[in-house]
Amino acid sequence: MNLAAQQVIEMAAEAFMLGRLAVVPDLSGALYLPDERTLVVADLHLEKGSAYAARGVLLPPYDSAATLRLLGAAILRYQPARVIALGDSFHDRGAEARIDESCLATLRACQAGRDWFWVSGNHDPSISAAMGGTVLDELDIRGVRLRHEPSPAGALPEIAGHLHPAAKVRMRGRALRRRCFALSPSRCVMPAMGAYAGGLNVRDPAFRPLFGLGFSAHLLGDGRLFRIDQRLLLPD
Amino acid sequence: MDAPSPLPPAFSAWFASRGWSVRAHQLALLEEARAGRSTLLVAPTGAGKTLAGFLPSLVELTQRGGEREGLHTLYVSPLKALAVDIARNLETPIREMGLDVKVETRTGDTSPAKRARQIERPPDILLTTPEQLALLVSHRDAKPFFANLRRVVLDELHALVTSKRGDLLSLDLARLRGLAPQMSAVGLSATVREPADLQAYLGGAGTPSGLVTVEGGAKAQIGIMATRRRLPLAGHVTAHAVDDIYAAIQQHKLTLVFVNTRMQAEFMFQALWSVNEETLPIALHHGSLDVGQRRKVEAAMAAGRLKAVVCTATLDLGIDWGDVDLVVNVGAPKGASRLMQRIGRSNHRMDEPSQALLVPSNRFELLECRAALDAVAEAAQDTPPPRTGALDVLAQHVLGVACSDGFDPDALYREVLTASPYAELARADFDAVVDFVATGGYALKSYERFAKLRRSKDGVYRASNARVIQQYRMNVGTIVESTMLKVRLGRSRPARPGGQQMLSRGGRVLGELEEYFAETMTPGDTFVFAGEVLRFEGIVENEVVCSRTSAGTDPKIPSYAGGKFPLSTFLAARVRAILATPKEWVKLPDEVSSWLHAQRLKSRLPKPGELLVETFPRAGRFFLVAYPFEGRLAHQTLGMLLTRRLERARLKPLGFVCNDYGIAVWTLGDMGAAIARGALSLDELFAQDMLGDDLEEWLAESALMKRTFRSCAVIGGLIERRFPGQEKSGRQVTISTDLVYDVLRRHQPDHVLLRAARADAATGLLDIGRLGQMLTRISGRIVHQPLDHVSPLSVSVMLEIGREAVHGEAADEILAEAEAQMLEEAMA
Repeated sequence: MNLAAQQVIEMAAEAFMLGRLAVVPDLSGALYLPDERTLVVADLHLEKGSAYAARGVLLPPYDSAATLRLLGAAILRYQPARVIALGDSFHDRGAEARIDESCLATLRACQAGRDWFWVSGNHDPSISAAMGGTVLDELDIRGVRLRHEPSPAGALPEIAGHLHPAAKVRMRGRALRRRCFALSPSRCVMPAMGAYAGGLNVRDPAFRPLFGLGFSAHLLGDGRLFRIDQRLLLPD
Repeated sequence: MDAPSPLPPAFSAWFASRGWSVRAHQLALLEEARAGRSTLLVAPTGAGKTLAGFLPSLVELTQRGGEREGLHTLYVSPLKALAVDIARNLETPIREMGLDVKVETRTGDTSPAKRARQIERPPDILLTTPEQLALLVSHRDAKPFFANLRRVVLDELHALVTSKRGDLLSLDLARLRGLAPQMSAVGLSATVREPADLQAYLGGAGTPSGLVTVEGGAKAQIGIMATRRRLPLAGHVTAHAVDDIYAAIQQHKLTLVFVNTRMQAEFMFQALWSVNEETLPIALHHGSLDVGQRRKVEAAMAAGRLKAVVCTATLDLGIDWGDVDLVVNVGAPKGASRLMQRIGRSNHRMDEPSQALLVPSNRFELLECRAALDAVAEAAQDTPPPRTGALDVLAQHVLGVACSDGFDPDALYREVLTASPYAELARADFDAVVDFVATGGYALKSYERFAKLRRSKDGVYRASNARVIQQYRMNVGTIVESTMLKVRLGRSRPARPGGQQMLSRGGRVLGELEEYFAETMTPGDTFVFAGEVLRFEGIVENEVVCSRTSAGTDPKIPSYAGGKFPLSTFLAARVRAILATPKEWVKLPDEVSSWLHAQRLKSRLPKPGELLVETFPRAGRFFLVAYPFEGRLAHQTLGMLLTRRLERARLKPLGFVCNDYGIAVWTLGDMGAAIARGALSLDELFAQDMLGDDLEEWLAESALMKRTFRSCAVIGGLIERRFPGQEKSGRQVTISTDLVYDVLRRHQPDHVLLRAARADAATGLLDIGRLGQMLTRISGRIVHQPLDHVSPLSVSVMLEIGREAVHGEAADEILAEAEAQMLEEAMA
């Protein structure tokens, strides 16, 4: 581990064990695996804005740039040897054709000098070679399975995305809803990193089969992550 | 009357048969109509305004020979119910005079078949709402439909022009002037401060309409209700006055009890029934109740079967439901003109005085009632100044015009300038709006291929496909409600062993609740709705499922906002004047004047123009209480900005509360001591530059700003309205406007929608405009009073703590507290 990354970890976050694998949730929504020098990100949904535009909803066309800037900053901080994008990196099949040159340049700069893996998701079942990197359906790291959709039946500890977890907390009459990691000793469901990716409340039934023994939510605050017990989380 | 009647014989005979004579203003309007001039009629309630508005049309329609020539008169009212009511009222004279005039309504409830038929064979007179007018004007057959339009009648114009609906209506009016140049407009309005503003609106910028004024009839008899129980220092429920209100109801034929919010209506209704020993027929009417329920109450009122109705602003406008002989206004009136219009509900005969009683909920409100009474006595008006047309509304209109016939931008710009709210619109802003509608208006030009408008070779912009037109028609209108959830009776079945608790539905729908209110409840909470105490069971899909509670259950009513409308600037100035003039206090009840005397003795009272700031310690914390009297919304914004500054001064602010009159901030650091040693300057704390960077920084994360942006995005057509049931289809369908706001703010801060949202924030939820005026007013005139303990005046503000949500914490503090709470539990 390089010195910069070491400092970031000490400063920002604590590590959790997922089986034998240490994982560090980051404020950007990325998950850093220090022993592997690997950064994992989920649900970038690049070109979601232009996908809406094609259907007549002209959302600001800056979402890909915003998402890639966030990703780029995380890469700059951790200097990972390997980046794994955990599926739904592109919002739809047409995204590759719509993404503009400057975003592509940012993506290439992110990829330069490191291994890059696209795990395919339901939104991006195929990713062309033009996007660089290696396309995989899933992969295992130190006995932990990394895939797009969480699988309740899986035997291995797991890191997944797909569900876009978000959590809601109320204190003194004010409710806050933030993206979050949903974390247990055997599973991590990562927040979506895409600027236009919505969130699904972790109290939604979709999460129920995944966390039989409960979980803690790690909410992305403005300045740091906050670990909130399941019992304090509200439904929408 | 010996002079020849200006009315056709059938009309004269009808007036005579009723024992009426034609009133001067009705004749004046006939005269104006004959000359083809647009006219504003300003008259108090009961002056026969509506008949005056329609009389010229009825006369013309009777005098026409032969065939119908399409739509003759269009009537626009702010309320669907009002349009329906007017249709009923018009039927009587038409039937009794045997006129061959066809009157129809066109509202959201009109069937598609009837709508289609109305376009093909229009009635003589069509009664509708601004939203339906927008749809008609953008209809592909708009040109032939309006070709022979002679008159537009705008009812309750004073109420219409104060909102974005008024902006939209002004644009459609401009369009109508183009489609039917022979048309003249008639505006019906209650008394307003500046009729000239309405005249410009009606006739078009630069060609103001004429004016006919009817002086007020008998002066209203208004008083402040004397209550047997003492007036509390704070609170908004007015529980102390329930017995007295009940007694007044007993003594009158039909009483309207006006309250400011739905929650207050529910509370007052419950409270009145709890003392209703004679089981008088007292009903409840507010906008969240099921429509069927409301219609029942309205019918019972009109039939004279009710003794009293507890109601909100939904009954505020000119619907004539029955023989009301007393209006009780519970809570502060908030504005003098609003109060007078409400009072006009009582006694719809001009020559008899209206009876009204004001019931303040607390001592500050009593001062406000006193100020309002003085204002009414001298007929001072405080209707708001005219609006500057909103850019999001203009965007909706531009899309609408593109959906009908298309537009040449130069011609449309000229037409828009004739709508008085847009008279000052810069060409650059107009072009930015057109660009926004066409391709999103982004600096990054990547959406040309997805354009909603395309420009043809002749320079005309048209909707690029049928889907755009459909989108427009689904989303028309400027009212963006907070998401409403249906309230349905059901019950929660006991959990099966090992299973999830089940909620069964299938009961009756009682009405609708705001989503944010439902979110504040947890299963088991009880609340009052539709006049009964309900137990909250949960939210299933888009419905709030509730069960009935056993009799005598106490409702847990979580929140009472003071009212939707902030205190008017005009009344605020008068309240400050009362405070500064002890000889005026003799007019006040003893408990209020002794409260003010105690304040003078123990702290001080601000002189006119001064801002009083008190500081004192209490329970291990340090409080700063200020009394700007600028309304809750401006105070809320002020509170957010003050806490930021106190944070920077390392005084560790913990939170603040406010009401319409004052604001209390508390900190861990000793503000009084910091002021004494010169480390904190009140002049700097309240300096106007807080509206610069501090405001910008706060707006970035403000939930209110995001809500404002969402509303602009819907009105401007960026995103589509959500319709009930649509949410089911999942998280990928609806895009969160909060995310769009964040991205847009960072990448294109001058985007037209952000500008529209900022303009809204200045006058709307954040009331920044008013805050700015206040900061200017008090600059260099802050008086600081350090105290050892709470002052009499501050108690009224301090008591809001615990009643209202505490503001001020940044998001991270809230999260940190939630995190800490878990740790505490773990350690226990």
